[in-house]
Amino acid sequence: MTAIQVEHLWKEYGDQIVLENIFLDFAPRSFVALVGPSGCGKTTFLRILLSEEKATRGRVLIDGKPLAGEPGADRGVVFQRYSVFPHLTVLGNVLLAAEIPGAPFTGRLFGAARRRAQEEARALIAEVGLTGAEDKYPAALSGGMQQRLALAQAIMRKPKILLLDEPFGALDPGIRGDIHALMLKLWHSCEMSVVMVTHDLKEAFTLATRVIAFERKRNRSEERERFGATIAHDIEVWPKRIAGQPRINPSDRDGPISPEDTGRDDPALLSV
Amino acid sequence: MRLINRRPDRTAGLLLAILPFALVLLAYVLGSAERLAENPADKLLPSLATIGDAIVRVAFTADPRTGDYILWADTLASLERLASALALSTLIALVAGLLIGLLPGVRALLASFVGMVSMVPPLALLPILFIVLGLGETSKIALIVIGVTPFLIRDLAMRVQELPREQIIKAETLGATTWQIALRIVLPQILPRLIDGVRLSLGPAFLFLIAAEAIAADSGLGYRIFLVRRYLAMDVILPYVAWITLLSVIMDFALAKLRDVAFPWFGGAK
Repeated sequence: MTAIQVEHLWKEYGDQIVLENIFLDFAPRSFVALVGPSGCGKTTFLRILLSEEKATRGRVLIDGKPLAGEPGADRGVVFQRYSVFPHLTVLGNVLLAAEIPGAPFTGRLFGAARRRAQEEARALIAEVGLTGAEDKYPAALSGGMQQRLALAQAIMRKPKILLLDEPFGALDPGIRGDIHALMLKLWHSCEMSVVMVTHDLKEAFTLATRVIAFERKRNRSEERERFGATIAHDIEVWPKRIAGQPRINPSDRDGPISPEDTGRDDPALLSV
Repeated sequence: MRLINRRPDRTAGLLLAILPFALVLLAYVLGSAERLAENPADKLLPSLATIGDAIVRVAFTADPRTGDYILWADTLASLERLASALALSTLIALVAGLLIGLLPGVRALLASFVGMVSMVPPLALLPILFIVLGLGETSKIALIVIGVTPFLIRDLAMRVQELPREQIIKAETLGATTWQIALRIVLPQILPRLIDGVRLSLGPAFLFLIAAEAIAADSGLGYRIFLVRRYLAMDVILPYVAWITLLSVIMDFALAKLRDVAFPWFGGAK
């Protein structure tokens, strides 16, 4: 159960203020989508959560403790690109997540430990729908399959928080739909909170429990330097998604109307 | 059809590839025939038959004085120097390049130093090497190592830094230590790039080898060329040059093959 608290967070690059006084409080097991126009600092915010960047002022607490100074195993990540290792096969990539904690000196597992880890990795590979591709190198996989692999690899390490930086932005709509379903399944089944940066509003509302929009309120050219982005909207997604309780018939808000879907909030639809 | 879209088929491609070689050979044969017609004792462009005789003499006839087959003895001596120098350079470059590329502290310590050292013309150091290390094998190997290593280190350090930052962060989020990142992420990914670096430094390595052998040696390919130069023995020099070239080409090809076989993912990941 991992809560994230962001207090008083400022990020400045020299004179340029990027993020201005951000306060946020993410409940355990939430799935938060960060949206906003390009250059509004949503990716910077994610990089701060990843400890890749340091906040200029303010702090981030995870379960009440300050964030570590460098990326660590408590926070998994999937980037838009380069998230998997090109020199390892699909199985090798997922296995690596077990080999690193298991073998501090050689970074490799042998014998029974390896077989056990392999079994676990194969199960996870099957869960993300990559069965049959275990021995392929990432270069031989499509973009969608690479992202599935990246998810499997991150989840194999059992992070408390999964950070996603526009992970599905480069995929075509059909593939994206499939991987959204997978993402929800993983969020329901794994004990983790998810923070996702996306520029796709539909994606944000399809997946998240909460959508947070970053925006620069003052964007005139003479103001742009000195005013950073703040939180413009903080929207609780309705009907509520609860981690671990997948909806039986999760109809897509923009998809065709399904009369059986009691999750919709318009009772008129039910009488059709 | 536009020229950019006209691709030769297999046969035409092969013929086109052979053409420049054939033209050079033809030019040589014609030039040689013309000069020999004017002066049968001409040594500058010996006929192919004379060259053939010389090849038989150096490669397949034991030297009456030492009992050696000169070409093979020279080749062995040269390749021994080249191989030990390249092995040493590669090892130094792998360790130093990896450390400089991966660790900001080591980069701050060594990057500008290596950059400076790589600008020292190695041949200008040759006299110093001969003075300090003597005229034996050590100074020749040292010259090649000094000539090739700084380039390899810089190349490798750059290749390490070119690895996407995302990969390193990803490894950190899997809990990897610096040692594990070096061992499991960086090392396997720069080995094929190291092989390419070694391929590129084959040319300079041969240059330094031959330079060192020309000045002070009692065997080796470079030694032989500069020895027979005194007798204007073009019939020996030309096959030796061709042989050295062929050796480099074979080494280059073998290294490329090794890279493809040992690192099958590399071709796709580039």
